[in-house]
Amino acid sequence: MIPYSFNYYRAASLSEAEAMLKTLPEAKLLAGGQTLIAAMKMRLAQPSDLIDISGLRELSFIRAEGDRVVIGAGAKHYEVADSEVVRKAIPALAALAGTIGDPAVRHMGTLGGSLANNDPAADYPAAVLALDATVTTRRRSIAADEFFTGMFSTTLDDGEIITEVSFPIPERGQYAKFPNPASRYAMAGVFVAKTKSGVRVAVTGAGPGVFRVPEMEAALAHDFSPNAIANIAIDPSDLNSDIHGSAEYRANLVTAMAKRAVAAAQ
Amino acid sequence: MTDVSMTVNGKPVSADVEDRTLLVYFLREQLGLTGTHIGCDTSQCGACVVHVNGRAVKSCTMFVAQAADADVLTIEGLAKDGKLHPVQKAFRENHGLQCGFCTPGMIMTAVDMIRRIPDLDRKKIRAELEGNICRCTGYQNIVTSIEDAAKRMADDAKGMAA
Repeated sequence: MIPYSFNYYRAASLSEAEAMLKTLPEAKLLAGGQTLIAAMKMRLAQPSDLIDISGLRELSFIRAEGDRVVIGAGAKHYEVADSEVVRKAIPALAALAGTIGDPAVRHMGTLGGSLANNDPAADYPAAVLALDATVTTRRRSIAADEFFTGMFSTTLDDGEIITEVSFPIPERGQYAKFPNPASRYAMAGVFVAKTKSGVRVAVTGAGPGVFRVPEMEAALAHDFSPNAIANIAIDPSDLNSDIHGSAEYRANLVTAMAKRAVAAAQ
Repeated sequence: MTDVSMTVNGKPVSADVEDRTLLVYFLREQLGLTGTHIGCDTSQCGACVVHVNGRAVKSCTMFVAQAADADVLTIEGLAKDGKLHPVQKAFRENHGLQCGFCTPGMIMTAVDMIRRIPDLDRKKIRAELEGNICRCTGYQNIVTSIEDAAKRMADDAKGMAA
């Protein structure tokens, strides 16, 4: 399959990429391209220009900073999965990165690309929301609760580039995903994180976008055990229903995955 | 159009390509390296796997411009001095293929996983093959081939160290 024509540029710096986005209103950033290129081949996306930021060293880092792990937007999934820093501080985040796509996809795809795209079945949004991470762009810092605004939609403005994501290190955290057997995208993926200030539960794959489950968070804050949430049913009315599973099935999966995540976090 | 230069199988190549050219089409149609296959063309089947700067990637989901200045290795570059790579040899000896269409991608993925994972077992091999599909359902012998190659390569490395 051949995409529509476009012009390719390799940005030498973030400033250059930002300046190009200003002058080329139909341009798109290219990081790993593992979603964008597929969409362009299907001719579902038609950017006039691609500005490749995948080689920018300023976006490619992973470091511990006190009680947080800070990851550059250009960090590839395999780098997060293999990182000693992440594995030690937030093992569930490294494990999550190691389940995205397949090994060849993980060699290309990036954290920033996944978040900016905000696929409703992507894994990273669940981690960012449950861990209460902060997404930093060239213009501002955005709390996870503000960042995701619905299906393939975020609070990012046109031309705004994610530079890094800062994850607070939780006391406990786990991610449980029920992958679609063919695509391996999450039918339902639940990230549970327990910190000093409480418990956060974030769900991906089941609804039109990542969301929290306040009833589960309250129950787990009181009693951090699978039994505490076993009887909390999710309202299926806002969940996805397709050939892979009904909304009711996904609602059941959310509770099942949440219980698994809590059990694994014991 | 963009001028791109890169190294493919150890040889420098350069060409003037349309920006929308995918790496797999460049390899097959401009360089004549047709060992890299196009199967699903949607980055699921893995028939197009090549190495870019030493890492396995799906060449149907990468523009050739992204590989500018990179070191690209295809199935044609694995054998050295007329001698098959140990993974190629293992696929041959263990009958790790039926129709052979997926084989170049399987082998490039296998070489990559053996490089990354020192303690490969059958379970890990199967997990690592997630992005490579064989429609002859020949996974049993593919897994055996990779297991055999990993063991031989580890033994050879030990032999060289001793």
